[in-house]
Amino acid sequence: MSMFKIVEKEHFSEHVVKLVVEAPMIARSRRPGHFVIVRTGDGGERIPLTIADADVNRGTITLVIQEIGTSTKKICGLEPGDCLTDVVGPLGQATHIEKVGTVVCCGGGVGVAPLLPIIKAMKEAGNKVISILAARSEDLIILEKQVAEYSDEVIIMTDDGSKGKKGLVTAGVEDVINREKVDLVVAIGPAVMMKFVALTTKKYDVPTMVSLNTIMVDGTGMCGACRITVDGKTKFVCIDGPEFDAHKVDFDEMIMRLKAYN
Amino acid sequence: MNQNISRDAEWRENLRNSISAKQRTSIPRAIMPQLDPAYRVTCNHEVNQGLSAGQAVIEASRCLDCPDPQCTHGCPVSIDIPSFIKNIERGDFLSAAAVLKQTSALPAVCGRVCPQEKQCESRCIYNKMKKTPVAIGYLERFAADFERENTKVNHLIPNKTATKANGYKIAVVGSGPAGLSFAGDMIKKGYDVTVYEALHEIGGVLKYGIPEFRLPNSVVEAEIDGLRKEGVKFIKDCVVGKTISYDQLHEMGFDGIFVASGAGLPRFMGIPGENYIGIMSSNEYLTRINLMGAGQPGEDTPVLKGKRVAVIGGGNTAMDSVRTALRQGSEKAMIVYRRSLEEMPARVEEVHHAIEEGVEFMTLSNPIEYLADEKGRVRAMKVQRMELGEPDESGRRSPVPIDGAIDEIPVDLVIVSVGVSPNPLIPNAIPELEVSRRGTIIVNEETMRSSLKDIYAGGDIVRGGATVILAMGDGRRAAAAMDKAIIGG
Repeated sequence: MSMFKIVEKEHFSEHVVKLVVEAPMIARSRRPGHFVIVRTGDGGERIPLTIADADVNRGTITLVIQEIGTSTKKICGLEPGDCLTDVVGPLGQATHIEKVGTVVCCGGGVGVAPLLPIIKAMKEAGNKVISILAARSEDLIILEKQVAEYSDEVIIMTDDGSKGKKGLVTAGVEDVINREKVDLVVAIGPAVMMKFVALTTKKYDVPTMVSLNTIMVDGTGMCGACRITVDGKTKFVCIDGPEFDAHKVDFDEMIMRLKAYN
Repeated sequence: MNQNISRDAEWRENLRNSISAKQRTSIPRAIMPQLDPAYRVTCNHEVNQGLSAGQAVIEASRCLDCPDPQCTHGCPVSIDIPSFIKNIERGDFLSAAAVLKQTSALPAVCGRVCPQEKQCESRCIYNKMKKTPVAIGYLERFAADFERENTKVNHLIPNKTATKANGYKIAVVGSGPAGLSFAGDMIKKGYDVTVYEALHEIGGVLKYGIPEFRLPNSVVEAEIDGLRKEGVKFIKDCVVGKTISYDQLHEMGFDGIFVASGAGLPRFMGIPGENYIGIMSSNEYLTRINLMGAGQPGEDTPVLKGKRVAVIGGGNTAMDSVRTALRQGSEKAMIVYRRSLEEMPARVEEVHHAIEEGVEFMTLSNPIEYLADEKGRVRAMKVQRMELGEPDESGRRSPVPIDGAIDEIPVDLVIVSVGVSPNPLIPNAIPELEVSRRGTIIVNEETMRSSLKDIYAGGDIVRGGATVILAMGDGRRAAAAMDKAIIGG
């Protein structure tokens, strides 16, 4: 179980890479919302990455990685034929999928990757799915075609207006909420983006779910590095999450904790 | 080991008669050679250096080879203590190691980390004579180390007795002490044993938890290699209940499962400010340093350092954490404990070592709040001073807050070491499994069998937080019971 060969690599943008990795056991067990812990090289760090897709027949999982630090840089530097040293999972609780009516799925930057399987599953469960993809500029919008395949409508928001509407993801969410009845919002992206989506939907009392990506070591509940406060109680993202009710998450504390090693 | 080692063996009788009991009891207990405290805090080298062969033989000769040895009853894995000690006394160190291996999968580990003072050594006849007991732990370590250092791995002693394969497949969940002990016993009985480990290294708490200066990884590695040579298969990066399910284990043809997944979840106190940067569980701190090698060249994993480090708690893990903090270069490392030194659950040896190394003990003190700087990094803790009141259910005098006695102590790193809860992964994955209110798997105490016929469990997932040797004892009992259930006997 220790050969996690990379069979496919694609550059989504300069610093965002998609890897398709051989991991048959994980491919078979994973559900939308699950993540893996990945380690590269003998001195490699253990980092959590959400599973973007899986192919049970090929025995592969898909990871989308943004180069932001030592470990992600190492992983993004790997080529087809290379192996990840360790891949453990699928970890965390799977997304709760059910037919609720209209679901707005917001993906910020690389967060679109883990959002895709949720969009797919929500659509397959019979929901009307409106997807909002947001990024700084056009070249950072990823997976648009795949998202469109499972969405009733796709709204693109860019900070600089280079594609779709100019503005933040929250403006897109607010437009939809003002336009029609929304039963659930799912947001995955940078912590700040999720915080503001949560603040926006709270105004309208629309249930909102976020998938959090915090610092982790083991990913199985052992270390507590990923702890956050939800509804006044300490929760572990790795085993209680990674998905939480956005209106109950203490985002300011989470954002502070993400900077522990900066 | 083909010679007779029983107490009636001729060599043993001769040995017994060669020195009088009076002479034996007049020999002082061996003193463990150890690294100088000032030096050892600058590195990770093992503190206890181990007895020399000469010291070991003399110490072994203190043992009176009692007709009804009580020490063995004090050992959770029932090591035949007089037999291994008498083999040391006659200079047959390899036979001594072989005796250990009959009942213990990890003698070099146990010789280092067992609380012998509460177990075997507490039952030694010397205690009745008001003398210090035979240093059984030191001798165990000596014999196991001698074997490891003087035999090639492929000549490891046991298993000349290698049993014929019986065709049954057994899965072990977790490669810590309970899992390894169970695996060692089952492989000897002829089972096909596969151990699944969630982390990327085998050994569980022996690797991620106990620091190098108390238990070198090379020692753990050698014991695991021994099991591997005996035929135990190890699969890392596999979380049973996540990567593979209970049903999949059945599909794969496993006839029995031993769950030894450990006490995963670190407990926090739930006090204000506990999630500030620089406050972490001992599990996180020790895992970053021991398992991930944080701070060593070529290692990517970082760990926060502190000048003034407070470790909250009084157990062995707290001692490991505070002594690690010293080795990480802290200027002040302190234990903050709500009871007094006397009630501290840590091993006496660990407390002594910590004191020698300059650890400060702030007893009868309990943190009630943390304060942070503008970036969210902890800068101080408020501690409530306590006094001892009436004994509680545990028999220890319970600490009571002294009204108004609250101090603010500057700290920049806090390691919370107030215990662990069982990891919910397995209970969540197998809902039919009966668990206690605390989340531990409920088992029959004698057989270690759970509410499911083919699942046995042991170690911290059953006990909620105990010692290496108790976990190993669970592994042994489970192996015996599972063997009986499968083969009959």
